[in-house]
Amino acid sequence: MRMRKFTKTHEWVEVEGNVATIGITAHAAEELGDVTFVELPEEGKEVKKGDALCAVESVKSASDVYSPVSGKVIEVNTELDANPEIINEDAEGKGWIVKLEISDESELNDLLTEEEYKSSL
Amino acid sequence: MENLKKTPLFEEHVRLGAKMVPFGGWEMPVWYSNLKEEHHTVRNNVGIFDVSHMGEIDIRGNDAVKFVNYLITNNVEKIKPGEIVYSPMLNENGGIIDDLLAYKYSDEHVLLVVNASNIEKDYNWIIKQAENFDVEVKNISDETAQIAVQGPKAEEMLQEISGVDLKEISYYNFTEGRINGIQCLISRTGYTGEDGFEIYFDREAAVPMWRKLIELLGKYDGKPSGLGARDTLRLEATYLLYGNDMTDDITPFEAGIKWAVDMEKDFIGKEPLLKEKETGIRRRLKGIEMLEKGIPRHGYKVFVGDEEVGFITSGTVSPTLDKPIALAMLNKPYYKKDTEIEVEIRGKRVKAKVIKTPFYRGSVKNRK
Repeated sequence: MRMRKFTKTHEWVEVEGNVATIGITAHAAEELGDVTFVELPEEGKEVKKGDALCAVESVKSASDVYSPVSGKVIEVNTELDANPEIINEDAEGKGWIVKLEISDESELNDLLTEEEYKSSL
Repeated sequence: MENLKKTPLFEEHVRLGAKMVPFGGWEMPVWYSNLKEEHHTVRNNVGIFDVSHMGEIDIRGNDAVKFVNYLITNNVEKIKPGEIVYSPMLNENGGIIDDLLAYKYSDEHVLLVVNASNIEKDYNWIIKQAENFDVEVKNISDETAQIAVQGPKAEEMLQEISGVDLKEISYYNFTEGRINGIQCLISRTGYTGEDGFEIYFDREAAVPMWRKLIELLGKYDGKPSGLGARDTLRLEATYLLYGNDMTDDITPFEAGIKWAVDMEKDFIGKEPLLKEKETGIRRRLKGIEMLEKGIPRHGYKVFVGDEEVGFITSGTVSPTLDKPIALAMLNKPYYKKDTEIEVEIRGKRVKAKVIKTPFYRGSVKNRK
């Protein structure tokens, strides 16, 4: 089953099986302006829901990306090392940041639907 | 949300689709569509900035020059009418209250242009110091609009609507005359490292002036530019930002603007500077270059080994150089060129080293 959820802190998460692909929303990318650097986490890093997963830097500022769920980082988008602007071009697609192995699927229930997220903006 | 002030051009910015942000108590455009594009446009062509939030404090009276010379560290006695000096203004401890431009009209009239976030603090300080001088101090910030026209094509573009020959105005000089039919103070100054002008006029004229400039920009491949580009441009040129690189407890020697301090004359805050000269400057503002990946930002700590030796005052990715640049306040002896330091970025130490500034030199005519 595939589903896409959002956080109040402007992350999106797409779930397939027990793997969550995570990025920042198009709205967040637009607010940040030109993304110049993505500090990717190490593979194997364990995070709790709400922890700072990594950081996205724009010309103007640095912003933490918070993990929407608890889990272990199993893959990072290394394309972002050379081309961080992919986040501006396609935040909710090619601009994904990490894949997590979810440790507690029940946490997904606390996340927002796309409609709920959009109406919160 | 706090009650933010708006410049007379607020509606124009909104109409142009600018992203508005709070800045020093004002609601200002951070960018119109894209910070990097605006930055490059100013470097290569021309950009205009609404800087009406800046403060203007008018000093008139028999003692005007004498008073300003006591108030600030640079020397307005030594310049001619029509010339401008950049200067810090110090408190009794030698810390920087603000940095400003002093426009000398005559011995009886000097205009001070101060930072937006400091207008009230500066005005109160100046009033207090003025007691024993024959001067009248007037805060004319609210009546005054200001637009900066910056970039290698600034002169050519502005000349189209200027009643005065702009070539006649040299760097850090000003004159009065009409632009777009509106009476202005016109100075060859700026905060981008590029050639350009800052024009001051009555706030009622702000909208027609802005619209005319917007119309002209099209012809010169120019753009309106926001505070975001203003910050990356000024940092590349190593122009200091009050509140980041200078504060009430940083001295001008520490900030590296000794050239704007005339130790031959008397001024408020001179005593502590004399002492500082004797005992040696304990820290200095320096440029740094990253040796590993990461972007240093304002407030990040700097280490050498286990010792905390300073902090980042300003940092960004330079759009022109396409790499991170930063200014750091570093304790003695770690401010020497080529010293290897580490910046703590989100809990991780990242290698960097001290380098020479400016990071970039633009089309600005010459430095005083």
